[in-house]
Amino acid sequence: MSLFDLRGLCVRYNGREVLRDITLRVEPGERIALVGKSGAGKSTLLNVLYQQQRAESTLIPQDLGLVKSLSVFHNIYMGRLNRHATWYNLLNLVRPVGREVDKVSSLLSKLKLEDKIFEPVGELSGGQQQRTAIGRAIHQGNRTLVGDEPVSSVDEHQARVVLDTLNEAHETVLLAMHDVQLALYTTDRIVGLQDGRIVMDQPTSSLDSNDLKPLYQN
Amino acid sequence: MSPAVKTGLAFVGIALVCLLFADLEITTGHPWREMGRLARGLVTPDFFATERLYEVILHTVAFAIVGVALANILGFLLALVFHYRIVRVGCAFARAIHELFWALMFLQVFGLTAVTGVLAIAIPYAGIIAKVYSEILEESDPSPLQAVPAGSGSISIFLFARLPDAWAHFKTYTLYRVECGLRSSAVLGFVGLPTLGFHLESAFSQGHYSEAWGILILFYLVIATIRWWLRPKWVPFYLLGAVYVLPGGVDVSLENVVRLLSHDIVPHPLRMADSLDAGTAGELANWTWQLLAHQVAPGVVNTVLLTMIALVGSGALALMFFPLISSRFFGPTGRYSGHLFLVVVRSTPEYILAYIFLQLWGPSMLPAIVALSLHNGGIIGHLIGRYTENLSQRPDSPTGVNLYAYEILPRVYPQFLAFLFYRWEVILRETAILGILGIHTLGFYVDSAFADIRFDRAIFLIIVTALLNLVVDALSRAIRARLRLKTRFDEG
Repeated sequence: MSLFDLRGLCVRYNGREVLRDITLRVEPGERIALVGKSGAGKSTLLNVLYQQQRAESTLIPQDLGLVKSLSVFHNIYMGRLNRHATWYNLLNLVRPVGREVDKVSSLLSKLKLEDKIFEPVGELSGGQQQRTAIGRAIHQGNRTLVGDEPVSSVDEHQARVVLDTLNEAHETVLLAMHDVQLALYTTDRIVGLQDGRIVMDQPTSSLDSNDLKPLYQN
Repeated sequence: MSPAVKTGLAFVGIALVCLLFADLEITTGHPWREMGRLARGLVTPDFFATERLYEVILHTVAFAIVGVALANILGFLLALVFHYRIVRVGCAFARAIHELFWALMFLQVFGLTAVTGVLAIAIPYAGIIAKVYSEILEESDPSPLQAVPAGSGSISIFLFARLPDAWAHFKTYTLYRVECGLRSSAVLGFVGLPTLGFHLESAFSQGHYSEAWGILILFYLVIATIRWWLRPKWVPFYLLGAVYVLPGGVDVSLENVVRLLSHDIVPHPLRMADSLDAGTAGELANWTWQLLAHQVAPGVVNTVLLTMIALVGSGALALMFFPLISSRFFGPTGRYSGHLFLVVVRSTPEYILAYIFLQLWGPSMLPAIVALSLHNGGIIGHLIGRYTENLSQRPDSPTGVNLYAYEILPRVYPQFLAFLFYRWEVILRETAILGILGIHTLGFYVDSAFADIRFDRAIFLIIVTALLNLVVDALSRAIRARLRLKTRFDEG
């Protein structure tokens, strides 16, 4: 059975048509990049998909959804709020439990962030904040990941490492991306959006970066 | 002319008309001689007049800390259910009644005990804190909610995704509230609780000005150093200490409470009637009419007159005060003295200022006008002065009066009006309470009713005062909305 199955979806926002006649099937195990200019409807489409499978999937929103006054540990722990009892969550908020700290720090070493574990997120750089949000997503441990430009502020080399980590941790991955090279590197299917319509839907192996150029032109 | 300027001029006009009807006489024989003695007291303060001086300061701090702590807990819980209309209305009512009125009411039940003082601070403060905290929570960043995993408990979500960002604001606001609590606590001494006001009153009435200044200077020091001695991790220690320091001996007879609530505060004609018939209704109408005509009407008129004059007075003084602490106008030395002066007028509760001027000039509206204008002018002047530091300025801008009139005043004016209208309701609440000192505002009639043990009248008058407050609050909000004036919740 398909994971997502949209047929002729239209979304209006403030009277403007943001998505038009979207038909999209996603099978478990697929790794898909949504590409297109900003305003093409990528974020809206991702949100629609995420809302359909909320219980089973993880979202990395474009604004990251971090709590700036809490530490990296707390922001990552937050990915599992639903797995623990309220009293245990409260305990970890006031005084992190050793077991949880171990889990989070082994995750952070993959993201090259282990020395920042108890620093407030608000004091980190943009790239470090983005990696914190990625850590939270991995910690959440769902099968499906929905990410809106999750590596936009991470440098090229690290972005590849991070994307590999995300692919390892999730069965199905749906990412909005503006970096064409990275999209080709990390996914096996590319969906191109223009003015709220799907104008391209092909396996990555049949594409190179020149094929994607028209999506970014008027 | 811009609407903001028009509004300002209209209020000045109203205040001038009010001045025609206000009693501004100086009735004491030698006002200047007394002022001279007061000034001499300032340069010869006595910190060791009685060994009780430090106990008085301790009591003042203890009431403030316990009162604000309790208000914080109540206010936080109420903030969580602030979307219910009944909670909003209840909180508005609780904060529309001044601490001293609450104290006068609790005195009848709990006597001169710690409970009276703590509740008198905690209840109106809980009403204010609930409103402010709910605004803070509303304005906190909603984006983390989106990323929280599905199926998390609502308490966990609140604790992790909403509370942390609000927490820093809560802490800042609590610090500000403790400062207000210290002033309220000091003033509670005037109804007999063992805080600063009690000792100040006795020192003044005996003409011991050096002792009075000793108490006040210690109080300023406590307020000015609050940042350093009030650390979050020391709060539990302070609370324990405060509970230990506060006078004990709560002696509440349930019988008394029941009699007060079911009997004493019921309007007299109803209480005396055997049955609810036309005769009783007539008597009740007569009772109400007498109260409205002889106490409510003059009380409201005087309260409004005084409020309007003091509001415009505060504004005028604020516009004179703010350059004192602004780097646009003065160097470091000048600003330092400006800050010192503003700290003193800000930290002295208007009630105490009014009391001092009343001793000097005798009973009329003048002491109250000067006291309210100085205190509130000091607060607004301080906020505007700080605001000017953020204004950008061109390098070739004029200096002195030209700079003030052309560059600075036009830019700070909207912010100034916002702060001023924000204080309007505070000034009204304070004006009502100054009646206890003998000026014929609503507080005068409330105080007399309590003194005559006519609780039915006292409660009636307090409710009228609260309603007047709510009206002014609504009016101020309407004007601010019309002129699109905004203040942040932790200012003013």
